[in-house]
Amino acid sequence: MTTQNEPSQTSKTFSFTPKIEIKALEVLQKYPEDWQASAVMPLLDLAQRQNGGWLSQAAIEYVANRLSMPLIRVYEVASFYTMYNLKPIGEHHIEVCTNLPCWLRGSDQLVQACEDFLGIKSGQTTDDGKFTMSEVECLGACVNAPMMQINDDYYEDLNVDATIKILSKLKAGSKPKTGSQSGRRSCEPATGLTSLLHQKKLLDKQHNKGKG
Amino acid sequence: MVKLTIDQKEYEIDAEMSVLQACEQAGIEIPRFCYHERLSIAGNCRMCLVAMKNSPKPVASCTMPVADGMVISTNSPEVQKMRRSVMEFLLINHPLDCPICDQGGECDLQDQAMAYGWDGSRFQENKRAVKDKEFGPLVKTIMTRCIHCTRCVRFASEIAGVPELGLVGRGENVEIATYVEQALTSELSGNMIDLCPVGALTNKPYAFHARSWELKKTESVDVMDAIGSNIRIDTRGSKVMRILPRINELVNEEWISDKSRFACDGLSRQRLDNPYLRRNGRLVKVTWEEAFNAIALATKRVNGDEIAAIAGDLADCEAMTALKDLMSALGSPNIDCRQDGAHLDASVRSSYIFNSTISGIDRASALLLVGTDPRSEAPVLNARIRKRWALGSFAIGSIGCDNQLSYPVTFLGDTPKVLEELNKGKHSFSKTLIDAERPMIILGQGALARPDGATILFRSRQIAEKYGAVNNNWNGFNILHKAAARVGGLDLGFVPQDGGLNVTNIIEGARNGSVKIVYLLGADEINTSNLGKAFVIYQGHHGDVGANRADVILPGAAYTEKNATYVNTEGRVQLSQLATFPPGEAREDWTIIRALSEVLGHTLPFDNLRQLRARMLEINSIFLNIDQVAPAVWKRFGSSGRLENSQIKCGHSNFYMTDPISRASETMAQCTDTFLRTNQGKTGTDG
Repeated sequence: MTTQNEPSQTSKTFSFTPKIEIKALEVLQKYPEDWQASAVMPLLDLAQRQNGGWLSQAAIEYVANRLSMPLIRVYEVASFYTMYNLKPIGEHHIEVCTNLPCWLRGSDQLVQACEDFLGIKSGQTTDDGKFTMSEVECLGACVNAPMMQINDDYYEDLNVDATIKILSKLKAGSKPKTGSQSGRRSCEPATGLTSLLHQKKLLDKQHNKGKG
Repeated sequence: MVKLTIDQKEYEIDAEMSVLQACEQAGIEIPRFCYHERLSIAGNCRMCLVAMKNSPKPVASCTMPVADGMVISTNSPEVQKMRRSVMEFLLINHPLDCPICDQGGECDLQDQAMAYGWDGSRFQENKRAVKDKEFGPLVKTIMTRCIHCTRCVRFASEIAGVPELGLVGRGENVEIATYVEQALTSELSGNMIDLCPVGALTNKPYAFHARSWELKKTESVDVMDAIGSNIRIDTRGSKVMRILPRINELVNEEWISDKSRFACDGLSRQRLDNPYLRRNGRLVKVTWEEAFNAIALATKRVNGDEIAAIAGDLADCEAMTALKDLMSALGSPNIDCRQDGAHLDASVRSSYIFNSTISGIDRASALLLVGTDPRSEAPVLNARIRKRWALGSFAIGSIGCDNQLSYPVTFLGDTPKVLEELNKGKHSFSKTLIDAERPMIILGQGALARPDGATILFRSRQIAEKYGAVNNNWNGFNILHKAAARVGGLDLGFVPQDGGLNVTNIIEGARNGSVKIVYLLGADEINTSNLGKAFVIYQGHHGDVGANRADVILPGAAYTEKNATYVNTEGRVQLSQLATFPPGEAREDWTIIRALSEVLGHTLPFDNLRQLRARMLEINSIFLNIDQVAPAVWKRFGSSGRLENSQIKCGHSNFYMTDPISRASETMAQCTDTFLRTNQGKTGTDG
């Protein structure tokens, strides 16, 4: 039986912090007065960020009141998109892609590695509240498969060792290097450039600029 | 107009139509689940797919507008295969529980599966099951049966104006739900049961009581409010099993209120099925003869003007005609049908009817509500106002009622002072009324049933005239009644005759002894404890407050048990039909009065319904035009005087219990409990 993923109740009231409020106003400015409801998705996102990665009832109700929308309309949006979490979530949300290209490149082992390292199953949160792990559908980085997303960052070209290294760093509180873990630049061929060789200098320059 | 070809035939169709509507006009049936004429278009069930030439894919005909030169095919093997496939998908998660499903026999899914589906399924996986939702005491949910057409969601947000339902989740996990489980707070929620094309939303009180094919269907009219909604009464044997709406575009479209639909269980509880006579302070069962003789004895001792009669809110025109004639034969001018003491003027018809007509709301351009809460007094009419509001540029102001309606209303104040300001053009709402091409005023009973009611009526007429609400093409002056009997009573002149007493004076007279006999024709909304020592005759169908005080009880018929005439708030004359016979010794009301008249020695000159209706026509020719509204002539009415500075009260304190039938209904008691007492906490006597 499916059970409705109702948002968890918290006694806490919710309102945007001054810092988030500035961002919210920026979003709201984009829409005409009578069409403020269009801001529902960015506002839910801001609320989720402020609320530690998930949307509580209070947060959903705050956004609804803010946009003069019926509660159910906001809840429909929040329950439809998988990027909104309706249950408390760990500090680091590890989302391992297990769709076909990643799977062919060994995503099963990544899932196993994560589960072993964290001592939880997919969909669970560690006792210390640091990690939540889930399997997700394609995140659109197939060229660098297998990959996973942790909060806002992509980690690509993974293998078991690289995965454990990333998780260890996060556990220790430091920030691992994002992007490809095999050393390749972006989604260039794994064995180095095979075309556009005459523009290598330009590409290097652009790449370094992007880094800065 | 555009030309298009449907199934090899050419049609000329209005360019604003969809392909589905075009096919309907051409007389071709297109199966559908999510599409509904009165709701916005969703296009999510895919059952209405048709083939269109030059389109690589089939098109959903409900969302596709017609265009010149279109070539549509609705019956090719390709289309038939598409329908079979859609049906297969729809049935993937649908349980095969038709034999125990209340929708069985009147289910769109069942019918269309037979007509357009096929007999197999290739689905091997587990069917999903969905947790049932708690929608309150009226709507039962079996959510596993839901096919996610979202008709209920659209009805709640668009028609009822309570956006509480939604489609949450996605894909396999999608569900119809409320935000954090709660009962639906709409007084129109029962209509979702009719809209649901499957058995996901069903009638809770009716659950497992009957199958649709064993019911006898009788077309009739509703009396739970003054709208006169057209209904179908479904009976089995002598019991009313359920009530459904009938379509009447001019009155209720295809909606009825929850009270109209669900109060029918009150018809078989608390019934008066035998004449009673009070002997030594206690009511005892007697025969009709004994009851009539007791009345004859009482009337012999008094003069005609010491007798009075009050007609109640559910009285039919036939009974009122008979009673009026009987009273005048007895020499009594003391008759009144305005139980609540409303200052309605029976001599000017345009002063007491809904002149614009209900469908006229669609044409109004601004609205002023005075002392009325249409949401509780007439939910169906309220939905009509909401429909007009949803079309845009429709300002609504309210005097007296600041209850939440299903559309935004500007609250102008709660005393009649606002009327004076509007009259002088000083109020901020004046400009709205001036700018409106067809302004509309709806005057409720709350404004009229007060000492200065006649003055409010007068002022409202002045406002209507001042702001151009009344002219040759438009009459925006409207009275919204609460009682189904009221307009009929006024049309029949069931009001004090020359020198007669009105309701207030009758009760006062009974209290101080100058009125010795009071005949209550289903009058239960008066304060019966003030009737003093008067001899009270109660004729009605329920053991309510009136019967409690009575010295003689004459058991009558409820609205489902007689062929009777009712006039709705618009002045539309409508006929009810006998669906079941009155219980026990109870009889149709006019026949009781006719029989009584003989015992009293004033035999009324009608022996059958035809003769009685001829008499009604003599009194007022409007009874000639059944189902029609004759425009009423605009005249002067109301009386100038001082307005009191007290608050105008409006609406019903409890929408679910307003008359003897709904007060006897268990379902309505549950609703009262669920919707009105949630915040008050339970007392020790609760369950």
